[in-house]
Amino acid sequence: MRKVAIIGVGCTKFGELWDKSFRDIFIEAGIEAIEDSGIEGREIEAIYVGNMSAGRYINQEHIAALIADYSGLAEFGIPASRVEAADASGGLALRHAFMAVASGLHDIVIAAGVEKVTDVGDPAGMLSTTIDQEWESFVGANLASLYAIIARLHMETYGGKEEDLAMVSVKNHRNAMKNPKAQLKREISVEDVLNSPYVAEPLKLLDCSPICDGAAAVVVASDEVAKKVTDSPVYISCSTQASDYLALHSRKDILKFKSIVKASREAYKLAKIDPKDVKVAEVHDSFSIAEIIAYEDLGFARKGEGYRLIREGITELSGELPVNTSGGLKACGHAPGATGVRQAVEITLQLRGEAGKRQVDAEVGLSLNLGGAGATAVVSIFRI
Amino acid sequence: MIPRFWRKIKFRYDLIGSYCKTCNNYFYPPRNLCPVCRRKGEIVECKLSEEGKVISYTIAHNSEGAPLVIALVELDHGARLLTQLACRPDEVKIGMRVKRVFRKYGEDGQEGIVYYGTKFIPSQNST
Repeated sequence: MRKVAIIGVGCTKFGELWDKSFRDIFIEAGIEAIEDSGIEGREIEAIYVGNMSAGRYINQEHIAALIADYSGLAEFGIPASRVEAADASGGLALRHAFMAVASGLHDIVIAAGVEKVTDVGDPAGMLSTTIDQEWESFVGANLASLYAIIARLHMETYGGKEEDLAMVSVKNHRNAMKNPKAQLKREISVEDVLNSPYVAEPLKLLDCSPICDGAAAVVVASDEVAKKVTDSPVYISCSTQASDYLALHSRKDILKFKSIVKASREAYKLAKIDPKDVKVAEVHDSFSIAEIIAYEDLGFARKGEGYRLIREGITELSGELPVNTSGGLKACGHAPGATGVRQAVEITLQLRGEAGKRQVDAEVGLSLNLGGAGATAVVSIFRI
Repeated sequence: MIPRFWRKIKFRYDLIGSYCKTCNNYFYPPRNLCPVCRRKGEIVECKLSEEGKVISYTIAHNSEGAPLVIALVELDHGARLLTQLACRPDEVKIGMRVKRVFRKYGEDGQEGIVYYGTKFIPSQNST
């Protein structure tokens, strides 16, 4: 496989972007990425778009061709594909872009993610279409209830407290205050989280990420191209993907996300690193418990010891393994199809040393993007 | 959506799941293909144990209606299912023994169909 680099990144502000349309936001992210890369639009050979539910959110399918068209690329007729794996769609788009360049099929491609959710009444409800509709949703469960069932058993088994989960949200909000693109730029306290209303016990409103609008794009290129156009390429060492039983009831152990374990172990092997070599990570904290489980299943902590990382400040900006420097899904905001690409943007900025007030010292970074309750996991490893 | 509900009524009204004669595993909801043996498996319909225990649970405060007690239950056969518990939120505990009951899940307005299915109750209580 060839070496693959990210040579340009772009990202809209995440949030309730009432005055901007689906088209406005993907164009904004795409142009920012192209300008950042120094290439010309006509050099783009293919586009991979991560998007979860445009058909449900804006009643528009066939969005990859739409995006190529409105990005001014219709005249070139390049292949444009949408990939979907619930809210792991963005990570999947990055993986497809990586594969296209690594294989030698293309030299310059775009991986983008976009979701416009605020044109419908219940954006978070739509995320629950990613769970088993016939056997989980039927009994009144939504995505929050499933993570709550996981959280309850995890806390009972390993001695976690609601305060521990709250600390994840507090950290991510604090990081978001330093990210100009974040949706929830305000500090919250453990008490604020504990006093927020229950969504699905033991998870409260402030344990849950907000579903929002947003788009992100990266320009992915071969090493040969990267060396010509930039002094600061960030290499994608690998991008791996794994799946698991869709419904919780089919999993033997609901506390272990097998998809994360499988994708990350394969990624460490391909990148020839250990979990301890990762110095900055963006993980899928759609719910606070998901960040704790990510620590464990990515191998940052042993099973049951994830709480220690948040209690001891290890994953804070000032810690030895900063996690979700962007604010994560919790506070940067979760635009389902865009999140995986936004994570890649954050890691790229961190590795380039362009992350401003939230800058950490790292040469190796990792992103973990999950679909639904973890039936899809995409792990990517980045280095300079 | 009516056919989607109707065609699975047998499995929803009774605890009918799948049994694989090759690996002796029980599955609920029913599966067409055994995830252990795949094409070497032999899946048959099977009535599952009506009792089990709560693996974990949540009290779901959904936007409409009273809070729901939703639990992951492991039947004595080994199959697991997600279900509502027809009990008070303060009654439920991890490890609690439960048994199945036939209950209403919802309805499509005044003239639409009524959705019935399986729920569980604490097994020491009388039905």
